[in-house]
Formats: sequence, structure tokens, C-alpha cells
Amino acid sequence: MTKKQKKTLRRILVAAVLFVALAVAGQLAALPWYAWLVLYLVPYFIIGHDVLRKAALGVIHGEVFDENFLMAVATVGAMALGEYGEGVAVMLFYQVGELFQSYAVGKSRRSIAALMDIRPDSANLEAADGTVQTVDPEAVPVGAVIVVRPGEKVPLDGVVLSGQSTLNTSALTGESRPRSARPGGAVLSGSVNGDGLLRVTVSKPYGQSTVARILDLVENSSLKKAKAENFITKFARYYTPAVCFAALALAVLAPLVLGGGWGVWVSRALTFLVISCPCALVISIPLSFFGGIGGASRCGILIKGGNYLEALAHTDTVVFDKTGTLTQGTFRVSRLRPAAGVAENDLLETAALAESYSSHPISRSLREALPAEPDTRRAADAQEIAGRGVAARVDGRRVLAGNAKLMQAEGVAFVPDDGVGTVVYVARDGAFLGSILIADEVKPHAADAVAALRGQGVRTVMLTGDSAAVAEGVAGELGIDDVHAELLPADKVARVEELLAARSGQNGKLAFVGDGINDAPVLTRADIGIAMGALGSDAAIEAADVVLMDDDPAKISLAMRIARKCMHIVYENIVFALAIKALFLLLGAVGIANMWWAVFADVGVMVLAVLNATRMLAVKSVR
Amino acid sequence: MQKKFNIEVDCANCAAKIENAVSALPGVNACNVSFMAQKMLLEADDAQFQSVLKAAVKAAKKIEPDFEIEL
Repeated sequence: MTKKQKKTLRRILVAAVLFVALAVAGQLAALPWYAWLVLYLVPYFIIGHDVLRKAALGVIHGEVFDENFLMAVATVGAMALGEYGEGVAVMLFYQVGELFQSYAVGKSRRSIAALMDIRPDSANLEAADGTVQTVDPEAVPVGAVIVVRPGEKVPLDGVVLSGQSTLNTSALTGESRPRSARPGGAVLSGSVNGDGLLRVTVSKPYGQSTVARILDLVENSSLKKAKAENFITKFARYYTPAVCFAALALAVLAPLVLGGGWGVWVSRALTFLVISCPCALVISIPLSFFGGIGGASRCGILIKGGNYLEALAHTDTVVFDKTGTLTQGTFRVSRLRPAAGVAENDLLETAALAESYSSHPISRSLREALPAEPDTRRAADAQEIAGRGVAARVDGRRVLAGNAKLMQAEGVAFVPDDGVGTVVYVARDGAFLGSILIADEVKPHAADAVAALRGQGVRTVMLTGDSAAVAEGVAGELGIDDVHAELLPADKVARVEELLAARSGQNGKLAFVGDGINDAPVLTRADIGIAMGALGSDAAIEAADVVLMDDDPAKISLAMRIARKCMHIVYENIVFALAIKALFLLLGAVGIANMWWAVFADVGVMVLAVLNATRMLAVKSVR
Repeated sequence: MQKKFNIEVDCANCAAKIENAVSALPGVNACNVSFMAQKMLLEADDAQFQSVLKAAVKAAKKIEPDFEIEL
């Protein structure tokens, strides 16, 4: 509890004791009314002086209709009607509610801050003479050498100079998969060093480091407000004056029109005012968004604002840029189909040797598939046949490696391979050795991720520059609904615009998922741009609305689940609070609900709404 | 120029009101107040930033007498 909260608590306790004492005394002693008034005014001022002061200042400044004003009028009115107990009690409960609210908000602020506890406290700067000095990370210049000891947080982005270790990036990505750090490799600030001592050359100043960017992004996210949030503040702006005038009408017009005593109607009007306080809504909505964004960032999902969280919850179409999101973006040998009597290894080695002079990604993937780097001296006379493949001598025998056209041209009797991807046919001395399928590998969780999205009722679309055959194959394997293949990078923007235009008028949103490389225009164009595997990629973090720190596509459906849960809580609170208030306003107007009910309708609803909102902090249950 | 300030504001409604009031001040290009983060973002032209900031603080204190700002 803060100092301010402790002070409020003391005031509440003192006023409550006095209030109870007076209530008991009221049963025992008979005093004239003015004596009671003076006695009750003591706890009233102890508990309510700040509200009265703010209400008075508000009136002076022309800022009339706020909750302080409502409470001041209601309680002063109750005092004037001779209901001293009610006057004090309402103020007392109001303050209890305020204290609870401020405590709950402070608690969620702290828990979010703890979740995002990636800010490094210090850096170990190594001087030219080898001495190490502890300094503020902000004071370390680019190019300086820092020492990261085992178990320490990496304070700044950089490149490993010496030492070997594993880094835990879970604070950044939400995944506890360790990454290895070796000389020459990049390390990111915010990750935690394993057992090895690392010397790191700093590559970015603190302000541009991964940690600083993430913290900045999370901090700024609460400044971008969702529509629901703006709705509530706008609503409060009209609602409070409306309620005040309704109360006035109840106090002045009702007795004239409907008859009955003035006192009855004035008392009802005051009840009305207490019920109407909009605090429950005004506090619980931003609290929910704050919790949702904070919880998501703990899972390695950075959402840049409440508005994007809201849009994410309404997303009904997810467009993937295939390479790098659903697939690894690297070519690998995915299947060997040797001809009868040929060993798999023979097929692969022969092909790799024939292609060994080429730097084409295909030949690289062939070499990488071998257990050891082949002895390239075994290959000679390599010759590229444009658009078809290569011919070379391997161990003195003539080898052909290439596509079907090459085989046909050379008159090799080959078995066509209809696998999805690039097929390399291999022949030696005119005899067919078999075929090798090279494909961009689908990510391990991609199929689950797509299935999860479809389970949430989301249509999935895949865009790719690859051939239709490859695209259809991947889409079929993953269960993608719609495929657009053979697109040039520029076509992707046009295609997303078409998709957006085709659905104009619908409420659902369209999200685009890219790997953050070269797709900034599309990320910006879509309703929500999601950049994946963005750890360390500045351009992607800049362009996207939602940033997935690692490259697991399952995070997309997780992000949507978090967003939907958050919006669910938000709507729950709006409906619940408004319904209860409307009910009690009605009951108050007809005289069924008295001041005590009113206090429940105000403070009780607020407490429940805040408790409901804090559910958002428990993101673990969504994972 | 855009600058972020740590603020202290006790109620969410006041935060929203402060945001509206400051945004409407002459010279303010944009203003965002986050009750949850207890931050205020103010965007104004460099030349008159200090005077705009002063006016913003004054407007904020008028709405919420307990408004505090770390300058």
C-alpha cells in the first residue's frame, strides 16, 4: 500500500469507529437534532473532506459533473434531510470503494511491471586495460566491450567477442528455448546468460536496444486507446450531467406533478445520484485492456495498443505470407526417392558433388543434407545448363542433375516425381539414379496453428511467390482455406487490398502475418499487421501493430484468444454495470431502493467490475 | 516535439477529461493520458513546447486538483 492509501485507510477506520459509536449512542441517548448533526459532522468531515474540497474546486473551475460532485451533493443532501447516518455511511462506503480501486489498480500495475522485468540495472564495462567497471547501461557507447557473467541479464544488444554460453530468451519471447551464444553471434538485451562468461561488443546504444524498444512499446500501448475505452469516457461525459438533471427533475418536478412530500422526492433524488456514479465502468475498462496487453507481452506477444487488441478480437481473416511464417523460409532436402538398386546416400552424394560448384540455394541444401562436407575434388568439368540443371564428372563418370526437361533432353528414362517443391533428378552414365525433393519446410506447429485459427472461426489465406503447385501442396498440408500463388512482392499489397475491398461493410477485421522482411507495406495496409520472429528486427517492430517475438505461428491464435477474452470481460463489465445501474436507478426513482442499496449499486458494482477485470492478468489460463 | 511524462492522477475519468482538455489547448498537436500507466504524452511544436506544457499542467490541475507531474 502506498502512503496515500494508508492515510485513506486510517481515515476510514477512524470514521467507521466514530460512526458505529454514534449509531449505538443514538439508541441509548436522546439529544436534540443539532447535537446529533454536530456529532455526525465529525466523522463526515474526517472521511469526506477531500471529496467536498474537490467538489467545491470543481464548481469553482466550472468542472461540475464528476463523481466528487455527485457524492458531495448526495451526502450534504442526506444531512440536510436529517439522515445523518446515511450521509456519513455513503461517504464512508464511497471511500472504501475508492481505496479498493486504487489498491487493485496499483497491484495490477506492479504485476505488469514485474512481468516486464527485463530492464537491465547495470552493465559491466571493460576498459582498455582489462579492468571491469559497473555502469548504467545508458552510459555504454557503441563499440565498447561489456562482460556478461553467468546468470546475468544481457544489458545491451551486441556481438559476442569471446566466450560461449546459452542464453535464455524467455523474458522476451515467452518461450524457454535456450539459444546458443558463440563468438561472432549476436546477443539480444533482455536475455539471461547461462553458465558461460561472455565478452560482448556493444552494437546499439541502450535507447535502441531490444529491451528499450520492448519496454517503450509496452508503455506506449496504454496510450493508444480502444474504441470501447473511448466509448466509456464519452459516455461518462454525457451520462453524469444527464443523471444530475434527472435527479433534479425527480426532486423538483415529481412532487409538483405526482404529488407527495418534498422530502420523499428529494431523498429519492439523492439516492439516484449515488447510484449513478460511473466509476465502475470508467475504471474497469482500461484495467482490462492494461491486463490483456500486459499478459500478452509476457507470452512474447507485443500488442501496440488497446485498439489493436480490440481489432484482434474481431479478426475473422488471417492472411499469411507463406515464407517465414508457415514455413521455415529455408530449403531442405525433404525426400529421397532412389531408383531400384541405388543407395539413398549414393544418390544424394552424387547430386551434391555434381552441384558442388554452384552456390544456388538448391545445391547448398543438397550439401547440407550430407553428414559431412563432400570432397569436391571428386567432381570435375561442371557445366551449368541454364534453366535445366548441371552436368559434371563425378569420380570420372558423367552425372546429370536437374529438372525433368534435362532428363528428357538427355534421353534418360526417369520416373516422374510429383512431390511439392523443387525436384532434382539425377542420372549417372545415362542411367537414372532417382529423384530428390527439396522443399521449404513447414514449421512444426504450423498445421496446429492453422487448425486452431479455423477452430476459432477464422478464415485463413496464404500468399506466396512460389509456384501454384508448391503453394497448393503447403496449403493442403496445413488446411489453409484460400491460396494466392506466384505473386511478386508488389502483388501482395494489391492482393491484400482486394481482400479488404471484397469484405468492406463487414465488421470483421483482416490480419496480415509476415516475417517482417520486405513486407512493411502490407503490414501497414492490413487492418492489423502481425510481424513474426521479429526479435531484433527493427523494421518489423516499427511497421507492425502486433509483434510476435519468436517465430511460432501458434502465437497468432493465442493472441486472438487473449484479445477475445479481454473484449469479453470488457463487454461483460459494460453490460453488467449498466444493467445494475439502470435497475437501481429505476428502483431508486420509485422509492424502493434506499440510500443503502444505492451504496451497493455504486461501490459493489465497482468492486465486482474491478475484480472481473483483474482476471485478465491471469493469462496463464489462456496459454 | 513529443515528450512523455510520469504523472499521478487518481481517477480514470479525470485522466480522460485531462486528455480531452489538454488536446483542445492551442498549440497542442496531440495529447494522450494513460491512467493505467500513469503517463502523459504531449506533442507540441518545439518553439512553444515549454509554454504549452505549462498551460497543459494548469488545465490538468484545474480538472484534478491532486494532479502531479514529473517535469
